Amino acid sequence: MFHRESGYYKTTYKGDMAFYPLPVGRWSVALIGILFLVVVPLFLDPYYLSILCLISIAIVGALGLNILLGYTGQISIGHAAFMSVGAYTAANLITKLDWPFWLAVPSGGIMAAAVGVLVGIPSLRIKGLYLAIATLAAQFIIEWVINHTPAISGGVQASIEVPRPTFFGEKLDTEVELYYFLMAFAAVAIVATMNLVRSRIGRAFIAIRDQDIAAEIIGINVFRYKLYAFAISSFYAGVAGVLYTYYLSIANYEQFLIVVSIDYLAMVIIGGLGSVLGSVFGAVFVTLFPTVIRIFMDAFGSFFFDPVIQAQVTAQFRLILFGALIMFFLVVEPEGLNRLWLNIRNYFRVWPFSY
Amino acid sequence: MADFNWGFFLELLVSGVLIGLMYSLIALGFVLIYKSTDAINFAQGEFVMIAGIIVGACAASYGLPLWLAISLSVGFMVLFNVGLERTVLRPMIGRPIVAIIMATIGLAALLRGAGPFFFGAETRPLNLPIDDAPIIIGDHFIYLNPIHLLGAVAAVLFLLGFGWFFLKSRKGVAMRAVADSHQVSMAMGINVQRYFALAWVMAGVVAALGGVIWGSLLGVDTQLAIIGLKVFPVVILGGLDSIVGVIVGGIIVGVVENLAAGYLDPMVGGGTKDFTPYVLMILMLMFKPYGLFGKPIIERI
Repeated sequence: MFHRESGYYKTTYKGDMAFYPLPVGRWSVALIGILFLVVVPLFLDPYYLSILCLISIAIVGALGLNILLGYTGQISIGHAAFMSVGAYTAANLITKLDWPFWLAVPSGGIMAAAVGVLVGIPSLRIKGLYLAIATLAAQFIIEWVINHTPAISGGVQASIEVPRPTFFGEKLDTEVELYYFLMAFAAVAIVATMNLVRSRIGRAFIAIRDQDIAAEIIGINVFRYKLYAFAISSFYAGVAGVLYTYYLSIANYEQFLIVVSIDYLAMVIIGGLGSVLGSVFGAVFVTLFPTVIRIFMDAFGSFFFDPVIQAQVTAQFRLILFGALIMFFLVVEPEGLNRLWLNIRNYFRVWPFSY
Repeated sequence: MADFNWGFFLELLVSGVLIGLMYSLIALGFVLIYKSTDAINFAQGEFVMIAGIIVGACAASYGLPLWLAISLSVGFMVLFNVGLERTVLRPMIGRPIVAIIMATIGLAALLRGAGPFFFGAETRPLNLPIDDAPIIIGDHFIYLNPIHLLGAVAAVLFLLGFGWFFLKSRKGVAMRAVADSHQVSMAMGINVQRYFALAWVMAGVVAALGGVIWGSLLGVDTQLAIIGLKVFPVVILGGLDSIVGVIVGGIIVGVVENLAAGYLDPMVGGGTKDFTPYVLMILMLMFKPYGLFGKPIIERI
């Protein structure tokens, strides 16, 4: 609509490698950046900012799962468990050793990556369903270990209180400061993933996803790259877990139950497998979903349901719609919201001349 | 170990076997679907839950006789699974296995919401017309719960029935052919889609029976779906497509978790019951991923 490409002319390698080859693309990205960095924190209510904070955390986690599931084709139902590994590692380091966030966040990620590699080791021999069940088992085992090891979980109720991060002596405890803090991590995660998937490693991942035996024949060390995928994915999950801990200022295993793993799977599938933008769409969609349902039920629920049970009914209604949406997207639009967005964009690219 | 309590050990062992056979019943639904349609059903526990909730709601809240409640529940499961196969699983034939797993996870979420949404979230009792006084055997005072016994007997009957069905009956042989290769069985004149529907219907009926038995043991509410998680250790231990494997896997899981609950729980402070089957399963996956009786998959490009 706003721009036309008249052919595909690249004269330099740099031009070929650019994320946004056209000026209009760069400008729109810059505009979105300014919108979220300046306009949104200035004018938005703290309640909506808190939702944006949760979305930023979800983006990091969803990108991680998308690297594993969307790009490498290895399913994991234990994503939330890796998040909890990161969360408890960081929580212990922060409270016991008083580490700052710029040490605690990566070390949480690295610990999660180590556990992820351990879980990923069977992935050479097993795939598909077997891997799904193995990661499901990992979820339960990690949950149980954390819950039953006071040295990790801090004893009573398996929760550790964590102080908010400090940045150059400034304690980040208002919603706006936390928003900037989390948004920065989400932005770094997005750029890192965009670069990762077009690198040698990312291309190896895609080759393994499409046909792992063929990938091995053309010289990709499948085992090593599958472990890379698990490590990178769990690193993202661990970082997301640490961020979530900072955001809630408490590490609690109940924030990382299997339901959360399924939420992340839903994000990746609804957003679009194997696409960075799709992970962002999915994270936004799944995080906003309960809020939208709640607003809807607050407005119209009293016509249908007894107000006493309304909270309960809202939760059930959310589950029903959530499950139905997952199935709907899988059957009707397997490439998710990202495909819808591309369809819209491609339609307007040549609009009003449809050729 | 001088005064090893054999009575205690035997009691754990026997009730473990019985509970394990009841797990086999739930896992049977999973294997039926996998064996004939190659689809993975992560919602088997939710099937059991929804069937149990319907029986519980009809019998306890609307006052219908038990046989009517059970047949209503079976009828609902049949219709629901036929519809499900039509609308969700048929369009997904040939898609990656991950997609089918996700679809059934979505289905599980939907059912977990729908059960209490339509029938209320309260826990209902589900009373079978049998005497629930424990049966005492021998001088070691082994207590047996009659519901366990009934469940185990029903499970064995069903498992034998399905074993016969797959090995001997015309429909069962056709079903195995469908599982082996969709294209070849189509070429041989088998109506593949009908057998897919049949597999889901059978899984629904098995789930309804499981819902009645487990519901009478635990009471029916959404928590009933949790036993669906026991399905995975059972089928992995036994092998995904083997009915004998389901029995053996179920018994192993039942015995191991009962012994763990009896001997390990006092040492580590509880919760080993839900944990040990999964450890066992991980070991199995590492050393013998296709289970004790499963068929290894040979992959070609």
